[in-house]
Amino acid sequence: MEAHKPAVSGAVYGVILNDRDSLGRMGAALADAPYKGVPKAPVLYIKPAGTVVGSGAVVSLPAGESAVEVGATLGIVFGQGAARLAPEAVPAAIAGYVVVADLSLPHVSYYRPAIREKCFDGACPVGSRVVPAAEVGDLASISLRTYVDGSLVHTRSLADLVRDVPTLVADVSEFMTLRRGDTLLVGVTWQAAQARTGSRVRVEADRVGSVEFEIAAGEGAA
Amino acid sequence: MKFGRIAWQGAIHEVTPGSDAKVRLADGREIAEGQFTWLPPVEVGTVFALGLNYADHAKELAFKAPETPLVFLKGPNAITGHKAFSRRPADATYMHYECELAVVIGKTGYRIAKEDAMDHVAGYSVANDYAIRDYLENYYRPNLRVKNRDACTPLGPWLVTRDEIADPMKLALSTRVNGKTTQQGTTADMIFDIPTLIAYLSSFMTLNPGDVILTGTPEGLADVKAGDVVETEIEGVGCLINTIVDDQTWSATA
Repeated sequence: MEAHKPAVSGAVYGVILNDRDSLGRMGAALADAPYKGVPKAPVLYIKPAGTVVGSGAVVSLPAGESAVEVGATLGIVFGQGAARLAPEAVPAAIAGYVVVADLSLPHVSYYRPAIREKCFDGACPVGSRVVPAAEVGDLASISLRTYVDGSLVHTRSLADLVRDVPTLVADVSEFMTLRRGDTLLVGVTWQAAQARTGSRVRVEADRVGSVEFEIAAGEGAA
Repeated sequence: MKFGRIAWQGAIHEVTPGSDAKVRLADGREIAEGQFTWLPPVEVGTVFALGLNYADHAKELAFKAPETPLVFLKGPNAITGHKAFSRRPADATYMHYECELAVVIGKTGYRIAKEDAMDHVAGYSVANDYAIRDYLENYYRPNLRVKNRDACTPLGPWLVTRDEIADPMKLALSTRVNGKTTQQGTTADMIFDIPTLIAYLSSFMTLNPGDVILTGTPEGLADVKAGDVVETEIEGVGCLINTIVDDQTWSATA
């Protein structure tokens, strides 16, 4: 695979449980311990700089790991700083969207921050182009497809976001500034499709593009 | 050596301690407090923070000590300098400080062995890892709304180079609110020590110069209100001062 530069270089933030499909599948578990209720605020995490790689990357898993969940998603890329924005002010702050494969080591519990699971080197392959918001249009009509070794393993639509983009950015920017060049992912699916070491993965999104990478075993891996 | 970073006369300067609480520029000129703005002493890369890394604090919060380090991350928005302001939102009922030893990485490494870990440390600073407990939820806890708020993690004033601190695992920590001591502890009580944390984090991700590990806080948390002056101090590393402000002050236009 040809190696490309990732289209973004700022901080990358993600959110879980921002689609009705995931909330529905977790179902009654959300009310039980340890969660004791559906989340009120967006459930955020950070993909640190070392996770961001471009299309064509070979991603080595931490020792002992042999599979990753491929969280197919879009990143909102900011064209200006976003702080304490009302929803109606959000579109003007967005430069565009980029396709992202947010990789996680499979983890069943969302109780504690999943740092090892989500922050290993290379855990955030990012597409090569930020597509202007005007070209992307309505996110609700976008589907994301995940292929492993050429086979379609997962399809999701962005029509079922719990918080749409203006609401998500407004809620996040209430307490943390998103800077120009930062990226906020719109959400990943609970227990997304997995890819094993040795496989080639491709995530593509209508009108936004695609990102491809290979999963390799880490040194000393089982 | 101790190094600070300030904004003064339109430029960013690296400074060292001068005489009479002044700071010294590279050319030897000394500038008095109040004439410049303190910046965080390092341009931070990835910022890690530890939860429940002191046995007494874990007990205070009614948790058993974790078996692997409880780590969360901060974005660049959270970090602010010495003598800055942090916002207490009007709806918060419990916002507390956390005095923490900040370990600044100075050398790139992946899968660093514990016995080599200290070679990767550039030095130390003081952090105040404020939390607003009202916003705690049980998803990726402690969540970003609690721990990654704009300018709610003061860092500084100095980066103290590693050679200046004989034993970082034996330093007194204390916090004063409006001059009254509210928190006292020692880094000797850390559950996971600095070499263990460096080895753990680098087992799955590369650590780079400028990455910072906030190593957790001992017991002695207390609510802070707008107007409070909070001093977090670590023996030999420095005393970091921050003032709590309300929404109106935070959002005021100059």
